[in-house]
Amino acid sequence: MKNHVWRPLFIVLAIVGGILITRTLLVPSDFGIWERGYMYGWHRKSNEDVWKKYPIKYKTAKVCAECHKDKFNDLKDSPHASISCENCHGPNYNHPKDPLGLDIDRRRDLCIRCHAYLPYRDSARAKIPGIDPQKHYPTEECIMCHYPHNPKKPNPKHHTAGVKP
Amino acid sequence: MINRREFCKKTMMIAGGLAIPLTALEIFDPRRLHAEKDGKEKVRWVFLVDINKCVGCGLCVKACKIENDVNWDANVTRTWVERYVVTKDGQVNIDSPKGCRDGFTTQKIDQAHIGLKEIKPEDIAKGFFVPKLCNHCENPPCVQVCPVGATYQTQEGVVLVDRSWCIGCGYCVMGCPYGVRFFHPELHVAEKCTLCYHRLSQGLKSACVDACPFGARRVGNIRDPEDPVTKIITMEPVNVLKEEFGTKPQVFYLGSSKEVK
Amino acid sequence: MVHGEAWTIKEFFVYPNEYIYWSIQIVMYPFMTGLVAGAFVLSSLYHVFGVKQLKDIARFSLVFSLALLPVAMMPLMLHLQQPLRGINVMMTPHFTSAIAAFGIVFTTYGMIVASEIWFVYRQFIVETVLELRAKQQRTVVESLQLLTYSVLSLGAMDLSPEALHKDERAVSILAGIGIPVACFLHGYAGFIFGSVKANALWMTPLMPVIFICSAVVSGIALCIVTYIITMEIRKLISAWNRKNNPRLPSTEELKSAEILTVTMTVKYLVMFLVLAITLEMLDLIFRTYTAVKSWDILRSVIYERDFFKIFVLQYGLGNLVPFILFLWPGLTIRRALVGTLLVLMGVFMMRWNVVIGGQAFSASFSGFMEYHLPLWPHDMETYKEGLLGALTVITTPFVLFYMVTRVLPVFGVKDSH
Repeated sequence: MKNHVWRPLFIVLAIVGGILITRTLLVPSDFGIWERGYMYGWHRKSNEDVWKKYPIKYKTAKVCAECHKDKFNDLKDSPHASISCENCHGPNYNHPKDPLGLDIDRRRDLCIRCHAYLPYRDSARAKIPGIDPQKHYPTEECIMCHYPHNPKKPNPKHHTAGVKP
Repeated sequence: MINRREFCKKTMMIAGGLAIPLTALEIFDPRRLHAEKDGKEKVRWVFLVDINKCVGCGLCVKACKIENDVNWDANVTRTWVERYVVTKDGQVNIDSPKGCRDGFTTQKIDQAHIGLKEIKPEDIAKGFFVPKLCNHCENPPCVQVCPVGATYQTQEGVVLVDRSWCIGCGYCVMGCPYGVRFFHPELHVAEKCTLCYHRLSQGLKSACVDACPFGARRVGNIRDPEDPVTKIITMEPVNVLKEEFGTKPQVFYLGSSKEVK
Repeated sequence: MVHGEAWTIKEFFVYPNEYIYWSIQIVMYPFMTGLVAGAFVLSSLYHVFGVKQLKDIARFSLVFSLALLPVAMMPLMLHLQQPLRGINVMMTPHFTSAIAAFGIVFTTYGMIVASEIWFVYRQFIVETVLELRAKQQRTVVESLQLLTYSVLSLGAMDLSPEALHKDERAVSILAGIGIPVACFLHGYAGFIFGSVKANALWMTPLMPVIFICSAVVSGIALCIVTYIITMEIRKLISAWNRKNNPRLPSTEELKSAEILTVTMTVKYLVMFLVLAITLEMLDLIFRTYTAVKSWDILRSVIYERDFFKIFVLQYGLGNLVPFILFLWPGLTIRRALVGTLLVLMGVFMMRWNVVIGGQAFSASFSGFMEYHLPLWPHDMETYKEGLLGALTVITTPFVLFYMVTRVLPVFGVKDSH
């Protein structure tokens, strides 16, 4: 009779074969070693395109200026000129198609990101006019008095009368 | 003479052998083995952070979270800003409440479970802000440890995660010395800064770069000698984080201090 | 809620994305693989090195190692955020990662254990088949048994002395190959941690060796515990059976055989225990002496925050006390049982202190993270990575062991070698 000792080996070979066949079925064809070698470049190539196609939400101020020339000019010489429109007006997405209008953030919380006073003398923060949010008209919105596009001007839309310190 | 048993056995072996195509055995395809990091690529994205310009407003964190759909209220973030307050006796206080998503609006230092710590303004020797993000290392340890090839480095040097292939073992999260990786709160796969690969590919800058009003964050191509970012990196005193790990980080810092972790 | 937030408490400054991502299941994982490897090494001591005194426990630990095998994978599956994609490790292995070796090493090891068991049990299987075939009338259960054993026999029905001798040869060869593979299986679990350069506590080349030694310790300890428990049950059963059939071995005979096996096995346990402690101490002394950048934070974790877990539970109760219990002259079954249970606890605490302790401090070295084990689950995540998940993992091998021994009994079988 033949040697029975090899029988478990046949099963082992069958399992290994099974795994290898599953590999051909499951592994995407573009999975391999790409530009950065096996250590850093072992991946599915088409995933790069997946990431490239990720939807852009912030379209930058340049896109805003195409239609809102007046606002762009309003901001141009203001100390706030370096603040991108979308920081306060929210991301463009596909405005004006979708959404029709943007959700403007008019809250105090937005302003005090920069204008809450912090006592760090040599930091860039110290060069920005700062207030103590607990003491400086704590119940009012900043835009009641300050014009966000150009803080040097008073806000023409709002009245300062009636605001108590 | 061949008996039935022998016949069955031989048939099985031949059928089994034929069922395994040669491609199944292939783990490395030499045809796909492109030239390995020879530096011939035209683009290698790098990042430049100017600590002197950062005011800790956190608009970068806000923009990043929205641009990349990282849950607003989840306590994880692809980029964050740290505050360092060094007192005159040399004590270093660091915090980054909610990753600076809402900016730094109070003088109190957030010590997590310990609570808030008040520091008298007259005791402060220096205070500054340090924006952090993935370093897109030249030798990313997180990619090295991924067991399935779900995270990788593109030819432009950006480290990405294949969300459809990640098994969520967390080894990459453990392998990163900078703590930039986490699990996506909804997708449950490894998540990290992509340097806004989608924006860079379309000629835009990273969302955090566009959101920063102070120019504290910049992205550039180190292979382009005319790129202003490249000029600064090559000609001015810049630093990187945790160089001792041998990861060759590609986020460069201007005005860094020894306290920076 | 973000993964990890439910059980992580942060103190001082911790990077915003840092949480205890590797929790109880990753403690269970090296603990369980350690038991597998240890049980196998114990059985190999008899099969390869011919340590005759271990004959009784060898077959037992081999089957136990098979029962533990699927359980070594369980904590990983419970830990993965995408458990259904776990197969990717076999599909696109990235061998620069220590985890990628898992699929291959684990499968190889499983095959070796299964084959070895097949050779050990072939005579029994074939005899059962022949016995069942000889029966004229078979019940449904017996027919099913016949089918199972016929499949298990793989059609190798030869029971000639030469064939049995070949079985014996195959067993010792497989056991011989199995030892390095078992050590590799566990050593690489140590490598998974030891190679993480981002973690100051984990990164040491000693890690794989420490893991292997403590693995063998825990594996032997578990075999002794289970052996003692099954022997106690057998004693009860035999005492009950002797009422009807006085020719069966007496309780006293069983007891003397038991103490002999236990004493012998404990000797090997102590040997590996000494080795494990020596290496761990070397690591600690080296860290203290060199005191690199990370030492400040490591010191406050090791000597302050985790002092109780490391020096009281792990080294004190888990190593020192059993050491005394084992070496004190006149070892009794009860003392051995207490000692081995403490050793198991000690090895578990060692895994805990490595895995959780390694995440007890921030990579910024400026803050700490505390792990709060979720006791009562309130969602899937806190079940999987909580107390109940860990208990599930612990109980499974015993259930499996029971089921395997229904088919392949470990006691009262005539040995083919």
